[in-house]
Amino acid sequence: MIESVLSLRGVVKSYDKKLAVDNVSFEVPKGSIFGLLGPNGAGKTSIIRIITGITRADTGEIFMDGVPLNNRHPELIGYMPEERGLYKKMKVGEHLLYLARLKGLSAKQAKERILHWMEKFEISNWWNKKVEELSKGMQQKIQFIATIIHAPPLLILDEPFSGLDPVNTNLIKDEIYQLKEQGTSIIFSTHRMEQVEEICEHIVLINGGQNVLEGRVNDIKEQFKEHYFKIDYTGTLAEGIGDHFNIIQSEDKSIMLKAIEGQSSSELLRSLLNYGLEINAFHEVLPTLNQIFIRQVKQ
Amino acid sequence: MNKLWLIIKREYLTRVKRRSFIIATLLTPLAFAIFFIVVGFIFQYESDEVRRIAVIDKGNVLQKSIKDETNLYFKFVDTDLETLRSSFDELDYNGILVIPPINEILSKSHTVYYYSNQSPSLDLESLIKSRIRERIRNYKIEALQLDRRQLDALATTIELDPEPIVKGNQDGSKMTGAIAAGIGGLMGMIMYIVVFIYGMMVMRSVMEEKTNRIVEVMISSVRPFQMMLGKIVGVGAVGLTQVAIWAILIPAVIFVTSLVFGFDANTQMEMAQNTPGGAAAMNPDEAEAMAIQIIHEIKNLNWWSIIPLFIFYFIGGYFMYASLFAAVGSAVGDDLGESQSLTIPITIPVVIAFYIMIVAIESPTSNLATWSSIFPLFSPIVMPARLAFSPPLWEVAVSMLVLATSSIFFVWLAGRIYRVGILMYGKKTSIKELGKWLFYRG
Repeated sequence: MIESVLSLRGVVKSYDKKLAVDNVSFEVPKGSIFGLLGPNGAGKTSIIRIITGITRADTGEIFMDGVPLNNRHPELIGYMPEERGLYKKMKVGEHLLYLARLKGLSAKQAKERILHWMEKFEISNWWNKKVEELSKGMQQKIQFIATIIHAPPLLILDEPFSGLDPVNTNLIKDEIYQLKEQGTSIIFSTHRMEQVEEICEHIVLINGGQNVLEGRVNDIKEQFKEHYFKIDYTGTLAEGIGDHFNIIQSEDKSIMLKAIEGQSSSELLRSLLNYGLEINAFHEVLPTLNQIFIRQVKQ
Repeated sequence: MNKLWLIIKREYLTRVKRRSFIIATLLTPLAFAIFFIVVGFIFQYESDEVRRIAVIDKGNVLQKSIKDETNLYFKFVDTDLETLRSSFDELDYNGILVIPPINEILSKSHTVYYYSNQSPSLDLESLIKSRIRERIRNYKIEALQLDRRQLDALATTIELDPEPIVKGNQDGSKMTGAIAAGIGGLMGMIMYIVVFIYGMMVMRSVMEEKTNRIVEVMISSVRPFQMMLGKIVGVGAVGLTQVAIWAILIPAVIFVTSLVFGFDANTQMEMAQNTPGGAAAMNPDEAEAMAIQIIHEIKNLNWWSIIPLFIFYFIGGYFMYASLFAAVGSAVGDDLGESQSLTIPITIPVVIAFYIMIVAIESPTSNLATWSSIFPLFSPIVMPARLAFSPPLWEVAVSMLVLATSSIFFVWLAGRIYRVGILMYGKKTSIKELGKWLFYRG
């Protein structure tokens, strides 16, 4: 059994009469990158706010490292909200120092770490720049540093790449991977599915305040596969080949097939060979998370 | 606690270091100085123009003597009025004053005539009237052969000197009341301004934090209540700093300018006499004696209790109102129009308190003044105004207790609204909505 850094069990939160989080449970495996997905207004932010201790759940339990969530835990979490801002008139160095000290670092410790990160991100000369002089993407780097400055074992990143150019996206992405290597558990919230697919190992999909899907990305894809196969071939397609499977898409020397109910991939391949085709490539097409996401949300 | 301190420090330092703060803090006393200089010049300017007046006094009522004034000269002439009028343009006179002979010595009213191309200015008119009144009085005294000393004794002035019942208690003088009213009014006024300026500053700052979403970043490492309290304390400290600097700089600047430009309280007072409707005639010696007494009275006030109490009411009132402003700021975000409709319920008690304060300095022991200085929404403005009148100890004690308790209560109340409001977007806020937020679970 995989150890969990965070467990949510039956968490419910309502505002006024609106149920924002409806009996949500999931486990975040330790040291993984975990995708918290869902359409806008699904309740992601409410869940994150409960985890970070900004609000409290009406009912349900939350454990961090097996201990019920308490006042000490927020310091072990680094949270970068989707809607984020900085004090425009403050200088970058001063601002980072302020945020770092609020996370409980001593002045000396904070300064050392800030200098380290600024050097790493090649922005050492920004210390005396005012925040308002920076572009949105540049401010995001500052925010990322502020989020990880106290080296929290759990990191929650809400749309960390929004507004970043490809170069800076990669910079942050590499940093996320490195942190994971160092043992940090990361909750990554987004609705950009291609990023999730690339980065996350586990996901939970929230819709209408409920947990609709949870598990390892590969398992989920396996679970939702529809037995599509893509075949590159040489030769010609014989008449009657369509009796054995449904041709979804046919291009020059390449077809997409859907296997008939109960047909295994070996049987499919065998019958293709029986038609005298020379197969150059044969692989099963798993659904993208995007497709699964849209399908689940529409249901 | 450490985090709260960090927030206070940031709120304080960013404001105090801001150029606008430094400029406002230093320029305000300078503005006072300029105002003072300009007013001084305006008063002096009046007597700038040299005026010459020909006096025709056929009956020799004035006995050829009338006191000249700086820039105003009287000249007795023997020429008759018609000749003077026809050659008026060649002669260098501003006007001709004609004193008719006094036929009816017992008549109370006499008319003199002033011929000129311009009607006399108000100050000229009152000056001529007062000079001639004195001369005619002298003329009558002599004509009636009266005893001048007896007459002088008839003009009686009454002064009321308040004395304490218990011997040894502070002995007020005849001016204690007026001075206490002046100082009380000033203190009430300062409180009124402080509540508005710094309360609004807190509100705007909260709105800004909410709008640019820095709260989202902050809120995961500090409690909303710490953020709110830190801001209120930080801005309050800025306010105290500013008021303290002004309390030193403004009197200093006024003192220096009065030394440099040479018009002090006495000349201002004399000038006031010359203007119609000004203070009753008072000779310079009397004015000086009064100034000395005023200074003595001000020194005599019990500053050792007034200043700490003033600071207490400053802090109490500021905390109460600033927290309410913070709550409103958290609820509205960037919608200024909406903030106005929510600040009105807060500003109304402040304005009412201001008017009560004005009445309270006139009658500091009235029921209205007493109860208003206990009612917490009014007391921060009304009580400081009454402090110089040495209100009964029990009233001060009750008022302080009520204010302290209510301040804590209001800060708590505002904290409940703030923690919800600060993270709530796109929702129209009404008073009813704010009420609901109070009961939200953490």
